[in-house]
Amino acid sequence: MNRFYSMKWVRVLLATLVTGSLGLVAASSASASNTSLPYQSAHAGGTLKLMASTAGGTLDPQVNYTLQYWQLYQATYDGLVSFHKVAGAASFEVVPDLATALPKVTNGGKTYTFTLRKGIKFSNGKTVTVNDVLASFQRIFKVSNPNAGTWYSSIVGGAACVTTPATCKLTGGVVVNAATNKVTINLVAPDAEFLDQLAVPFGSILPASAPVKDAGTTPIPGTGAYEFSKYDPNHQLTMVRNPHFKVWSAAAQPQGYPNEIDMVFGSTVESEVTAVENGQGDWVFDPLPSDRLQQLSTKYANQLHVNSLTAIWYLPMNTNLAPFNNFMAREAVNYAINKTAAIALFGGSQLAQPACTILPPGFPGHVDFCYYQKGTGTTYGGPDIAKAKALVKKSGTFGQSVGIVVTNDSVNEAVGQYVQSVLNSIGYKATIKPLSANIQFNYIQNTKNKVQISLSQWYQDYPAASDFLKVLLSCQGFHPGSDNSINIAGYCNKAIDAKMNKAEALGLTNPTAANALWGQIDKQLMGTAAPWVPLFTPKQIDFVGKRVGNYQFSRQFYMYVDQLWVK
Amino acid sequence: MAGLAVFLLVVTICLLAPVYAHDIAHVNPFASNLQGTIVLHGKVVQLLQQNTQGLGLGVTPIGPTWNISHYFLGADNQGRDVFARLLYGGRSSLLIGAASALICCLAATILGLAAGYFGGPIDWVLSRIFDIIWAFPIYLLAISLSVVLLTSGLQIGFIHIGPGSLMLPILIIAAVFVPYVARPLRGIVLSLREREFIQAAIGSGASDYRILMKEILPNAAPTIIVFLPLMVAFNMLTESALSFLSIGVQPPAASWGTIINDGLGLLYTRPVVAIAPGLMIVVTAVALNILGDGARDAFDPKAKLRGSI
Repeated sequence: MNRFYSMKWVRVLLATLVTGSLGLVAASSASASNTSLPYQSAHAGGTLKLMASTAGGTLDPQVNYTLQYWQLYQATYDGLVSFHKVAGAASFEVVPDLATALPKVTNGGKTYTFTLRKGIKFSNGKTVTVNDVLASFQRIFKVSNPNAGTWYSSIVGGAACVTTPATCKLTGGVVVNAATNKVTINLVAPDAEFLDQLAVPFGSILPASAPVKDAGTTPIPGTGAYEFSKYDPNHQLTMVRNPHFKVWSAAAQPQGYPNEIDMVFGSTVESEVTAVENGQGDWVFDPLPSDRLQQLSTKYANQLHVNSLTAIWYLPMNTNLAPFNNFMAREAVNYAINKTAAIALFGGSQLAQPACTILPPGFPGHVDFCYYQKGTGTTYGGPDIAKAKALVKKSGTFGQSVGIVVTNDSVNEAVGQYVQSVLNSIGYKATIKPLSANIQFNYIQNTKNKVQISLSQWYQDYPAASDFLKVLLSCQGFHPGSDNSINIAGYCNKAIDAKMNKAEALGLTNPTAANALWGQIDKQLMGTAAPWVPLFTPKQIDFVGKRVGNYQFSRQFYMYVDQLWVK
Repeated sequence: MAGLAVFLLVVTICLLAPVYAHDIAHVNPFASNLQGTIVLHGKVVQLLQQNTQGLGLGVTPIGPTWNISHYFLGADNQGRDVFARLLYGGRSSLLIGAASALICCLAATILGLAAGYFGGPIDWVLSRIFDIIWAFPIYLLAISLSVVLLTSGLQIGFIHIGPGSLMLPILIIAAVFVPYVARPLRGIVLSLREREFIQAAIGSGASDYRILMKEILPNAAPTIIVFLPLMVAFNMLTESALSFLSIGVQPPAASWGTIINDGLGLLYTRPVVAIAPGLMIVVTAVALNILGDGARDAFDPKAKLRGSI
């Protein structure tokens, strides 16, 4: 599956100093819990003021691919299914939302049958019907959803819709019956991740009257507890209570607490932090400045929430270009990089943990192992520079030039400088190329740019091992000459691909066995190919105002803004 | 003289950077030292210190030790000795400032003399080129050139200048400032060309080359000499600005601009990392400006007279 960069990019920004599970903090925050508290109406009311330096782009939930707005969509839109609105690991579970129950899957995993709940209304007062469901699926293609061609083309008729979106009908793909309120979705092949793909905001059910183009700054009515009432990307986005909302499933769409949620744009992150410190704001969206962390963690400890993310910072090495077309050279870099040192540049040991595996800890399929280190344990024990130097000499790549491409923000550039220093120390002539974050992610994907090694990040779209392994390291993700070749390392091994397909198919019938197989694939990739240097799994820091209560963290969509108390 | 003295002092200190790094501080100012330690007051301390207060978030490099033998001004976020990098950075900034000023003045002299002396189409073409360059905001032009050239380097015929070479910022800065020197020179040459002694030289059949070199250049030279220190200061500031934006001197090399950039993320906890190179830039730029003023006074009696009133 091809991933669009903007979601990743914003997550990268967010994580630039942020993220994770600090037991110390989790113990004091609701995020440690796996269950929601009963609704406490005494805390309802007030205006929640969120702060972001810039707006997140279009407000259209079927187009926008940024975490900034995906967090807000949790309270404004619903799909047939959604991720469980609860803190902790259970937030990865898919639960019925506008559908009465999880779908009945028949036809060998190719047919999903839902029954739409009755009596639910959009924020414009109109009742949600199966025709809205059909129109919403067609709209995914008509508005050129970033993942239309990868996720949703698996629906029968989807491929034709990708080719000619304007006339998209999904005939035979999405079949609705107004009399029974049933929605049947037929796939061209079984897909173990289809429900996950329906549960993200792209799968939101919108009124059939929604414009069949990117709605831009014009809010589209939704079914959530809130509706967007005003949006000026230069100033503010405002959410108010949906007057037609009634709770039908607290697990899918709970009632929110603030009467109004504002996201204010235009301040620098320094100002945002100061505003929250002074009680003039309730939450900072942007990455916290590294030189404020010490002060924040000392003076405002009870306003900080640190949570683990299922994400990874890594160095993809171009397996088709010297010197990293040589396995020993890739092994050498894996041995040489000190992951703990990289973490120091990210903000320290409380903000990230060293990664040896491709799948992050806590992610389906993750197995603890660590091949490239000084020592033999399953946890990281430090670099082995001597071994790295020996491997460089043995590989015959000693003295070769290596260009490292990073984004030009302070943390990425600092990690890049460290990698440059390490590569120089083991015998390469390394240079660093900092590029704007707007272009770096696509630049490093295109083989025409001959990028040898780069620094990149990957944040899950949904909890499935394939979202890391298959997306990032299968032949399917490698498109030479394209800006959208998410397999940045260019690693393509048909045998491993076959194993991935087997694991994916197994996921339909036996998820446990499938995850075990994904774990084996992870080990095989790192042990026999080492196309990356996994650096660390980051953590997320949320800095909230003193008056804010009921902080809850979803591992899927991060902090639930609508569950915060300001009263 | 004071300007010259300060400038020479700064140059001398910066030239001694290798001596300081290798023989006094015993550090490699270009290698990351994230896990490094030093002995401070009899205790071994990490160069990058994990915060242990509160939630323990954040890592802070050690601050100034005020001990000249190690980490006098503390460490940056890569665990490198800030003072050693400050001295090496000064070498880069001064080298780029001086070299680009020389190249700029040399090119401007040739072009200004050609435009002013030959006039006609040569003057028209050169003047339009100056106009075009001048039409761009100077920093925008320099940033644009840097962004383009620093990604792939510069290829002129068989000469290739790599992306990390100091020659790139030198050439870029020299190029964008040529009109600033060439235009006034052209005006001076236009005026000189009408003077009797030039007309006499032309009348006596002297070659253009001889007239330019023997008659016009000596008379234009004071202007060029006055420009030189001012351009060094101007170019050094430009280099610092470009390096601050990561499009000048490339890591792991240092310049005062890159060190300020390094210090930007440490303003709250280790402000000295950004302040120290900033002060060096101020001191050097002021010294060069005073030197430039002194040179003008020396070559321009009227200016000296004004100064004495």
